[in-house]
Amino acid sequence: MELVCPAGALPALKAAVDHGADWVYLGLRDDTNARNFPGLNFDEAALAAGLAYAHARGRKVLMAVNTYPQAANWPRWTAAVDRAARLGADAIIVADAGLMRYACRAHPRLELHLSVQGSATSYEAINFFHEHFGVKRAVLPRVLSLAQVEQVARRTPVEIEVFGFGGLCVMVEGRCLLSAYACGEAPNLSGACSPAHAVRWHETGAGLESRLNGILIDRYAAGERAAYPTVCKGRYAAGNDTYYAFEEPASLNTLELLPEFARIGVRAVKIEGRQRSPAYVAQVTRVWREAIDALKGGRFAPRTEWQAALARHAEGSQTTLGAFSRPWK
Amino acid sequence: MKLALGPLLYYWPRSVVLGFYDEIADSPADVVYLGEVVCSRRHEVTFEDWLAVGERLAAAGKEVVLSAQALTESEGDLKLVRRAAANGRFRVEANDWGAARILAGTPGWVAGPHLNVYNPATLALVAELGATRWVAPVEATRELVAGMLGERPAGMQAEVFGYGRMPLAMSARCFTARRYDRQKEDCGYACLEHPDGMMLATREGQPFLAVNGVQTLSAGVYCLADELEALAATGVDLLRVSPQWHDTADVLFALRAACDGALGSFDARKALAALAPGALWNGFWHGHAGVRSP
Repeated sequence: MELVCPAGALPALKAAVDHGADWVYLGLRDDTNARNFPGLNFDEAALAAGLAYAHARGRKVLMAVNTYPQAANWPRWTAAVDRAARLGADAIIVADAGLMRYACRAHPRLELHLSVQGSATSYEAINFFHEHFGVKRAVLPRVLSLAQVEQVARRTPVEIEVFGFGGLCVMVEGRCLLSAYACGEAPNLSGACSPAHAVRWHETGAGLESRLNGILIDRYAAGERAAYPTVCKGRYAAGNDTYYAFEEPASLNTLELLPEFARIGVRAVKIEGRQRSPAYVAQVTRVWREAIDALKGGRFAPRTEWQAALARHAEGSQTTLGAFSRPWK
Repeated sequence: MKLALGPLLYYWPRSVVLGFYDEIADSPADVVYLGEVVCSRRHEVTFEDWLAVGERLAAAGKEVVLSAQALTESEGDLKLVRRAAANGRFRVEANDWGAARILAGTPGWVAGPHLNVYNPATLALVAELGATRWVAPVEATRELVAGMLGERPAGMQAEVFGYGRMPLAMSARCFTARRYDRQKEDCGYACLEHPDGMMLATREGQPFLAVNGVQTLSAGVYCLADELEALAATGVDLLRVSPQWHDTADVLFALRAACDGALGSFDARKALAALAPGALWNGFWHGHAGVRSP
């Protein structure tokens, strides 16, 4: 099983490589990828340096071009694909079907991975992208149970990659317009969910308030742990109940499922967090590297120190197995 | 401009659904989309019922389209998609790439709003696979639609979501069951109690979202009644109305009158505001936040 780790900049890429990532994924400094945050991501020089650093150590680099272009900005996306091919990225992660066709025609040797933003939740969808564009690997949306992942893996020749750790979307990726609805920008078209410029924190008499484009997402009493105000992590009122209407803020942590992933044929585990620090990347990568190596050794049990290290990096105060275990079933 | 009635997104009792489509048969809708697109647990209306409703509407002169479920997770979900695709009578709307694969080569399918067709290259691809109508994603701006139709494949129609609560997100998780502390598989069909979705307000009382099982909709109602000239000038062929618990036929009559010039845009908006279950918003079309008003 391969380990796929995030890099928001060169120091994080080096941390991922140094601590055992098989693949590092990154994006350019614009809206062609789903972590279009100010100060984050790679320009051409940093990309070239990152590729050189990873390749010198036998690791691979994936470039995410995984937002949806429109007629007016289409050339920016094709230029990103061309740049990945020219500089020697080992694969690109793409969501849009039209862009995928461009990539496979213009760069037939460039490996294609289907992004989680492509919303392919069934083998029928994944096989569509395989038959038409030769997609080699698909990243599954974080909505499927383990049994469903197994069904998908059995019925497709495409390698299956799942999210193992990090921030958690409760909605199907690529199908969520909540951020665009609230503030005008969302992952599909803008590469950002709750962009920082639309977020405001206010200390008020009633508590700490988080707002997105002026809309109250949550209000925290003293001592409550505040979460970044994405629409799906807010507290709202239904009738007389005010509660986390979608999900309590929590991070995904599937370390204990690694043997199950291996058994059902998952080919790669992905760590979320291109927006996180190099220290996060280093420590999370190290733990997952050790865990995957222990799995190869045949006797696997999640070590307490692994879980403790991961818990320090969880968003919110708790971790969850998410859809894999479906506690809400 | 033709009027299309999108699929019923909510869960209503069978007798209400059948009565609703009787009313739609006498409405000015030109195209009617039928079928369950949100949740495979919903069973009030069977597939055979949908086909019978389709025949009734076809006899009334409507074009009927069967819409496929938007989120497919299990083999059972895929079976539902295959059954719709193989119905042999009506066109089918694909709402994910699995459905597109199943429908490829079938002439005349519809690339639905959840398929994420955002650019001319992807539109050309679905055209090659047999699609003859594109339903724009609900967040589409005028610029996006104009750019798309500047390179419109031959024979491709364009449909824009023009009225109704905006479908914003899908999840594996059921948020209506969560509200009642029920498991998804033992939900008690709580959606039946919320025929226009379950309202969520912010902690300061602002209506914000409407929960519809695994789907999340806007509290406000998207309305492009002010944009009919721009829509026509952009080359849009159909305007989609999303069914609501009350007065859907009246919404269709008001929009028909507005499209025909019998009702000015001010009066059309006023009429629709009186019929809508929430404030009227149109931010997406103008490239703003969806919550924005004109």
